[in-house]
Amino acid sequence: MNSAVPAAPDAFEVRAHQFEDVEQQHHASWLGMWVFLATEVMFFGGMFAAYAFYRVGFPNAFAAASNRLDVTLGAINTAVLISSSFTMALAVHGGETGRNKAAIRYLLLTMLLGAVFLGVKFYEYHEKFVEHLVPGPAFRFEGPHAHPAEIFFSLYFAMTGLHALHMIIGIGLLTWMALKARRKRFSPIYYTPIELTGLYWHFVDLIWIFLFPLLYLVGRHL
Amino acid sequence: MSNGAHITVKTYLTVFVILLGLTALTTGVAFIDLGGGLNNFAALTIATVKALLVVLYFMHARTSDRFTWVIAAAGIFWLLLLLGGTLDDAITRNQLPGELQLTP
Amino acid sequence: MNGAPQVHYLNVDYGIRSWLFTTDHKRIAWLYLLSVTLFFFFGGFFATLIRLELMTPQGDLVQAETYNKFFTMHGVTMVFFFLIPSIPAVLGNFLVPMMVGARDLAFPRLNLASWYIFILGGLFTLASAAAGGVDTGWTFYTPYSSIYSNSHVALTVVGVFVTGFSSILTGLNFVVTIHKMRAPGLTWFRLPLFIWAIYATSIIFILGTPVIAITLLLVGLERVFNLGFFDPARGGDPVLFQHLFWFYSHPAVYIMVLPAMGVESELVTAFARRRVFGYSFVAFSSLAIAVIGFLVWGHHMFVAGQSVHAGLIFSLLSFLVAIPSAIKVFNWTATLHRGSISYDAPMLYALGFIGLFTIGGLTGLFLASIGVDVHVHDTYFVIAHFHYIMVGGSVMAYLGGIHFWWPKMTGRTYPEPVARVAALIVFLGFNLTFFPQFVLGYLGMPRRYHAYPPEFQALNVMSSAGASILAVGYVLPLIYLIWSLRYGRVAGRNPWGARGLEWQTPSPPPTHNFDVTPRVVAEAYAYDKEPEETYEFGSPSRA
Ligand SMILES: [Cu+2]
Repeated sequence: MNSAVPAAPDAFEVRAHQFEDVEQQHHASWLGMWVFLATEVMFFGGMFAAYAFYRVGFPNAFAAASNRLDVTLGAINTAVLISSSFTMALAVHGGETGRNKAAIRYLLLTMLLGAVFLGVKFYEYHEKFVEHLVPGPAFRFEGPHAHPAEIFFSLYFAMTGLHALHMIIGIGLLTWMALKARRKRFSPIYYTPIELTGLYWHFVDLIWIFLFPLLYLVGRHL
Repeated sequence: MSNGAHITVKTYLTVFVILLGLTALTTGVAFIDLGGGLNNFAALTIATVKALLVVLYFMHARTSDRFTWVIAAAGIFWLLLLLGGTLDDAITRNQLPGELQLTP
Repeated sequence: MNGAPQVHYLNVDYGIRSWLFTTDHKRIAWLYLLSVTLFFFFGGFFATLIRLELMTPQGDLVQAETYNKFFTMHGVTMVFFFLIPSIPAVLGNFLVPMMVGARDLAFPRLNLASWYIFILGGLFTLASAAAGGVDTGWTFYTPYSSIYSNSHVALTVVGVFVTGFSSILTGLNFVVTIHKMRAPGLTWFRLPLFIWAIYATSIIFILGTPVIAITLLLVGLERVFNLGFFDPARGGDPVLFQHLFWFYSHPAVYIMVLPAMGVESELVTAFARRRVFGYSFVAFSSLAIAVIGFLVWGHHMFVAGQSVHAGLIFSLLSFLVAIPSAIKVFNWTATLHRGSISYDAPMLYALGFIGLFTIGGLTGLFLASIGVDVHVHDTYFVIAHFHYIMVGGSVMAYLGGIHFWWPKMTGRTYPEPVARVAALIVFLGFNLTFFPQFVLGYLGMPRRYHAYPPEFQALNVMSSAGASILAVGYVLPLIYLIWSLRYGRVAGRNPWGARGLEWQTPSPPPTHNFDVTPRVVAEAYAYDKEPEETYEFGSPSRA
């Protein structure tokens, strides 16, 4: 069946019936993705609001609890994720300039960096488990802040967990894009799926850019 | 129609390096006592600058049409509404006798 | 005219598969119509049980635990599975592409997926009902919902969570369609006001719904993993849940009523045969409601323990929402003034809407002022208030819209005399059901109790009697609309002589809505012109 597929689809074939032309279709998809990301902002936003609410209520407890996170691993992971955003940008650039091989290479690199991030993350989760910092009956926290510290760690796991879930979905999307690229489904006229996957991936990076200081860097100077 | 047409690999690289630099900066600054809540301010400012760089360059917002900007702005504006309303309650709690308070 | 058998979206394909795998927005509208109708009668069943129990002061039909489940199932079903999807997903799906002159929504497969997501969420909720129900109230207040309730909270919460994504994706589809798919010449200020209303609703879908989703997720996590987000015994604050919940759920009121306002604008203009008075005011007031609606959520929490400062601010802002709502009511009334009005069934619903929505809106101002709210909070006054908005407003407009566009959807007209009678029965039944509840609430009868002091019985019996009349009013359209599918008169493309773009194509429309992409040269309410002067069907479309 592969032989029947043309090397690069022309403009007509990639246009769905409800659109007048590919340009309208591309605009619609682009806007749709941004609208979706606005939804995502509010999806994470609920947790950020909960975080802000308790941070105002329990500033000292949050500082004490934040100090139990591994700031080195957090900073390294931030760098890893930023690097993956960079390679993702290059993958989209490859798609839009018609360099299919480069696009595939950078997609794979992005996936790899994403996997590294998740690996580090799960190592951190494991550490927290060993240190009895997972909220629930086994939670142990010395000092006067046990209850609010547990809330901090509930938020930590909820927020980073939701973020990690987005990463996993993102890696799935990247895999799909890499496969499509390998079948030469993209051209400078039509590379919208890579572009939208890129938007999604950068958004996940964006969330982490805020999670890192809010979770790891509270009260380090104290 | 390609939204990233004007952005070169060199620009991406520059942005990438700045982002790494800002990550190092925010981590370092967190360990210095700036006093008076300035640490929080610094952390959030740096994060916002980083986020802007990602949105403008990596996500091609800089070269996109006005409506893309409107959507992004709407997302941020609504987030601020949510934060504003909940934080107003958290900050002004327990200022009058008989009000409930957050109890650790 | 109607001689030759015509191929349209209904007869282009037959069989269950052609419906379950359709990407045609008009067929998906039918899928929603069937499902929300089922949910409406499911929720109505619980309302019936509630009104039956409240006929007498003692708990003789059921006791408190079961009663709690009745009103929870009623609320959850009606809010999340009927009112929120009703006008947007049924009429919006059917009309948005036609009103903007497009062949379909921007993302037809996503549209179908939204329906499946909706059904999936509905199944979770039905499963929880089958398993024994939920007793938290539709508001899922913590820590009761997250720790203490031993009913099927998790299952219901998952159902509502899943359904939220159906709303979000529908809103996304509408926004992109309205922005990118308008026919040539169809500028923003030529759009029907229904489109403006749906656009404003979509904003709430997109930016509000994710917050309830994450909030319910937190409740679920707290329940399943024994966390303490909202547990005061562990430092959590239940009021935070209420903040997050009402950040969405107050705007959700506008999800229910904004599309109704959009329908209202279409009905009033069509049956007064006039341009709408103050088009841009009506259009922008929809957007204003969508935005201001997000600034007022704390008015549900005046007595819940939020700070006095926050209470004052939320109270003040709540009064602001009245302004755009009042603008709309004034403009509809001004449109009626000197119009040549015909009292067909849709118009009866539309007139009912104006009256009932006004009562609902004005009593909302009582509740927005802290002093009065402390007195009537959690009483039947609140129940009456929001039923005037949601049933008197949204359901009336929904029924009016269904009648108005029924000829377009089916190609047949419904029987007018019986429809007018039904509309009157709905109006009378509604007022008899809910007006006594204002009095009950003012006298101090609290909501969510299965028993009450004997002196409240007379008013409760009145309310229950009204509910049975209302039920007749709702069953009648179900019967004669189904009847009309087969026996109704053939409608023709524009039975009301309306000026909207959707009326310029055959009834039922062809699959791609228009054989020729129209060019629009005037606004949707050009009743001073012939339709031919508003739309040009020139060259064949590029498709
Ligand atoms: Cu409200």
